Amino acid sequence: MAVVNTQPAPQDAATAGGPERGRRARRAKAGAAGGHLHGGWLTYTILAVFALGSIVPLVYSAIAASHSKARLSEATPPFWFGGRLFTNLERAWEDANLGKAMINTIFVASTITVSTVLFATLAGFAFAKLRFRAKNVLMLLVIGTMMVPPQLTVVPMFMAVAELEWSNHLQAVILPMMVSAFGVFFMRQYLVQALPTELIEAARVDGSNSLRVVWHVVFPAARPAMAVLGMLTFVLAWNEFFWPMIALTQQNPTVQVALTGLGQGYVPDQGVIMAGALLGTLPLLIAFVLFGKQIVGGIMHGALKG
Amino acid sequence: MTTEHREAAPPAKGGAAPRPTPPASGTARPAPGPKEQRRAERRSRRYRWDLKYSPYAFISPFFLFFAAFGLFPLLYTGWSALHSASMLTPNEMEWVGFENFTRLWEDEFFWKALRNTFTIGIISTVPQLLMALGLAHLLNYRLRGSMFFRVAILTPYATSIAAATLVFAMLYGRDYGVINWALDLIGIDRVDWQAGTWSSQFAVSTIVIWRWTGYNTLIYLAAMQAVPNDLYESAALDGASRWKQFIHITLPSLRPTILFTVVVSTIGATQLFGEPLLFAGDPSGGTQNQYQTLGLYMYEMGWINRHLGRAAAIAWTMFLLLIIIGIIYWVVTRWVSRSSGEEE
Repeated sequence: MAVVNTQPAPQDAATAGGPERGRRARRAKAGAAGGHLHGGWLTYTILAVFALGSIVPLVYSAIAASHSKARLSEATPPFWFGGRLFTNLERAWEDANLGKAMINTIFVASTITVSTVLFATLAGFAFAKLRFRAKNVLMLLVIGTMMVPPQLTVVPMFMAVAELEWSNHLQAVILPMMVSAFGVFFMRQYLVQALPTELIEAARVDGSNSLRVVWHVVFPAARPAMAVLGMLTFVLAWNEFFWPMIALTQQNPTVQVALTGLGQGYVPDQGVIMAGALLGTLPLLIAFVLFGKQIVGGIMHGALKG
Repeated sequence: MTTEHREAAPPAKGGAAPRPTPPASGTARPAPGPKEQRRAERRSRRYRWDLKYSPYAFISPFFLFFAAFGLFPLLYTGWSALHSASMLTPNEMEWVGFENFTRLWEDEFFWKALRNTFTIGIISTVPQLLMALGLAHLLNYRLRGSMFFRVAILTPYATSIAAATLVFAMLYGRDYGVINWALDLIGIDRVDWQAGTWSSQFAVSTIVIWRWTGYNTLIYLAAMQAVPNDLYESAALDGASRWKQFIHITLPSLRPTILFTVVVSTIGATQLFGEPLLFAGDPSGGTQNQYQTLGLYMYEMGWINRHLGRAAAIAWTMFLLLIIIGIIYWVVTRWVSRSSGEEE
């Protein structure tokens, strides 16, 4: 593959001579404008292998979830779906208290998402477009807070939860996650480019105060980024594991906490465990099928200048 | 309009630049009456206050929450680390000074956990980032179905630690796992994945690699797409091969991004907790603690052995380790950028 490139690459592919170039030029027409090279069959093969590797464990969990304990304890593992999927899903749903866990998690993740997006947009707007004292230092401080590992906060938070008797109450999980440094940074990066300063000025000339500016100018401009940040936050909140495991018990769990309880029988039923793992992941997988493009775009956008 | 433009023309610099006179002060209007003038003054004062203090109002929620749920616990963890506190009575603490730390120093389980964290960190992070770099390079070609590949490699990101670990624990099962079945098929001895040190650490690392490779790929891809095309074009004109372009253009342009992912992955590796916990189903990290990480050991100390003070001491040790690693990274990047003679 490297051979091709030792030839001079002309700006306009159509003017290129030589059979190799001609083939490339023809293929280049199919793609979008831009100077990048096409991938060959090897590229596709490697990517396909990794795509499969990413999906197959999930598919296999679905296959395992459709078999009985006895079938899963045979020398040759099953490679296609069996007939017990719904039985296992039902048992996982009941054993792990998944119904309650789902409702809890939807509530927790939604609250966290709304507050994170709201506060991140406000702070991101201030950092992107407003002038105030010590702005750069404060922005560095925001980024610095990302370095604090969760282990460093659980001991006092556990003590506080014990003191307030909040153990098993959802606010114990929600409150510590209401803001996110990544969110602030993400919204700042977006609003720096996407929000024209003239628009804010024009609103100010019309006599709008800052709150009105936020409502009528910033929120509309920030809406695409808010949607993406919302999805990313929801995924993270849904999957949050360490602190909920400490603060909650199986009586009032989130999905992740409930899943840890699944494997704890004397003889664990792998089919039921897999059914539970599948159920706990399903909402996010559906979201990925529907909004995969936006989530990919969001991560890539957030990465720039990261 | 021209007067208004003064307001935003200079780039925001964070310093205490003199605030421009607000437009509502009415200097341009002809001879306002005293009553109107007072109202205009009031409005202009409110306008100035709004301009001056609203930025702080907008950023304060973040800092308030961080102070309450980040900074304060961080410091209080340090304070608890100097005390003896039981999980059963978490609010009765007894001062013990640095005893928790000196006990850690003599604690073989601590050193083992530290070693495990380090080795699992290396074997989960290095291959992961290298693969992500390669995948991003491939995805940067013009492809059909490019978005499909991106979403596909990101699906593990949607899978929670708990779900992913349960699935992999089954795949790695000693007696009925698919991986051992496949090994059997090609004539290699079955491996008791959980029992061995290397096999268990390898297995735990694959869970981390599986979950995060796609995410890092997208971050690299974003950085690659930001590299100007003419750099590649002129390099190709000079006869540089694809490989040379990758080494001499792509990698140097990606250096800040690579550093960013290395830092984030290091932080993640230091905190590794859920994967080793659920791989066996208990916080000991294997019968010989062969894959017990620091995060797991801290949990075991605090919530199984019920010594919250000593758990806090482990947490602070982890934090200090992160700071030391951060300083090493900083020195290394300084040194690299200076020795290669480039300006950062």
